[in-house]
Amino acid sequence: MIEITNLSLSRDGVKILHDVSLRLPQGRLAAIIGPNGAGKSTLLHCMAGLLVPDHGQVYVNGQDIHALREQSRALILSLLTQSQGAVPRLSVRDLVAFGRWPHHRGRPGPADHAVIAEAMTRFDLDALAQRSVDSLSGGQRQRAFVAMAYAQSTPWMFLDEPLAALDPKYVRDIMDRLHNMTGPDSGQRSIALVLHDLSVAARYADFCIAMKDGRIVAAGPWREIVTSELLSDLYDTPLRLAELDGAPVVVGL
Amino acid sequence: MRALPVALIGLVLLSGASLLVGATNLWNTPLDTGMVLAISRVPRTLAALLAGAGLALAGVVVQQSVQNRLVDPGLIGTPEAAMLGLLAITLIAPGAALMVKMSVASLTALAGTAVFFMLARLVPRRDPMLLPLVGLIYGGILGAVVLWLAWATDLVQFISIWRTGEFSGVLRGRYELLWIIAGLALILFVLADRITLLGLGEDYARALGLNYLQTVLLGLGCVAVTFSVVVVTVGAMPFVGLVVPNIVSRWRGDNLRQNLPWVALLGAVFVLGADLLGRVVRWPYEIPAATVFAVFGAALFLWLLNSRKARHHG
Repeated sequence: MIEITNLSLSRDGVKILHDVSLRLPQGRLAAIIGPNGAGKSTLLHCMAGLLVPDHGQVYVNGQDIHALREQSRALILSLLTQSQGAVPRLSVRDLVAFGRWPHHRGRPGPADHAVIAEAMTRFDLDALAQRSVDSLSGGQRQRAFVAMAYAQSTPWMFLDEPLAALDPKYVRDIMDRLHNMTGPDSGQRSIALVLHDLSVAARYADFCIAMKDGRIVAAGPWREIVTSELLSDLYDTPLRLAELDGAPVVVGL
Repeated sequence: MRALPVALIGLVLLSGASLLVGATNLWNTPLDTGMVLAISRVPRTLAALLAGAGLALAGVVVQQSVQNRLVDPGLIGTPEAAMLGLLAITLIAPGAALMVKMSVASLTALAGTAVFFMLARLVPRRDPMLLPLVGLIYGGILGAVVLWLAWATDLVQFISIWRTGEFSGVLRGRYELLWIIAGLALILFVLADRITLLGLGEDYARALGLNYLQTVLLGLGCVAVTFSVVVVTVGAMPFVGLVVPNIVSRWRGDNLRQNLPWVALLGAVFVLGADLLGRVVRWPYEIPAATVFAVFGAALFLWLLNSRKARHHG
């Protein structure tokens, strides 16, 4: 369970988060949606402890995330973010193996190797194990980074736009795998992710956090709170939540 | 894995050649051969190996810290910052012990490199060429301050020794500080995983449990001490920290746990090779190793830039 109380954050004098409060239950796939500049990514980084708020607290599983050292935090939550610098020339296996680093701090044991092997297989990376990450396609690279976060074996996973610039095939591939992780056979991980594709969110998310102008507009179980009206208000453009062959889709009108 | 024996044989052969080649002919000299070896040739060879290894390792640390492979600590103001400290302490306390001067130089080098690190956080990352240019300008400004200060105090000749790296002045008793680099290399080997993590960027490094600022400071501290030692004993030598890490990264990737020894080894071999070449091209006169290296380094750098483009289009 994540409990956020009265979170405010400014950057360069501009207020990005206004008094955000939120309760996020465990074992869900929670989509953070909202227009550009709503503060979605900032909220996620704040929840991950990487940004320090001006006011307010974030409790993850009862622990104040900003009072923890990086080392302890890395055992509670993992993060997938948009890397900005040079893509590392690590083999896929070495990259995934770094997911275990918070557990062994440089001396991996048999248990670590077992988790790495399982993560490699789960994300279909065995054939790519020795390939350098910088030689992979965008979809393969993203899968490798998700596998690294998965190998970290944390109860919470935060993903900032994991689908950016991915083909529909990879979108489906990654979302299927993420959704499976919240199931009982994968230890019921809890996932929060920033999504832009509303149809993807409608299809996979079971919890919705709708944000606009640094505030939470609505938060709750997806099926209960998300309607065409909510989405249209949120994005200031007519949108319709419909069904196509039994699957939810969101279309612009 | 045939590369390691080849590299080690190369190291031994180069070192052997370095002991034999010089202005004095070992077999036909009025001097005692053993003396020439012990006082001049062995120290000179060791100095080139240690300086080369240290400069190459420093290159990796800075490149990983700012996530940009085109940055060389020798070209972003680190040596100039060390010179500034040396000059300042020479003016304030001319009689200070060498270790005191060294410590001051290390501190100013660390401060100068830390400022560059903060600049790097402000520079947009879309174009990787931007940061090295910012570094060149920043280093140029620091260099101008050093030169002005030296000119105003009549010490220009004094600083010229620091500005161009060469090994002809290396004698027993005048290079031993460079052994500090061996200690720093050991520290960096221990930190190897952490420095690899720095290369993933601050967000990932911290999300994976790394104390980011502490690691950056430790790494840059090693870089600063390396540069102050090198500047004091043999003089600045740009391009080593640029060329060697790029060759190793392309060849073997960025997992430093496995590759730091290669960086050190290739750095040592390249700098000794440059020194040796400088000794023979116009024997019995010498060309500074830094000059030789800059010629080859610049050519290699252009090649790296060019083939980098090809990768993007392919």
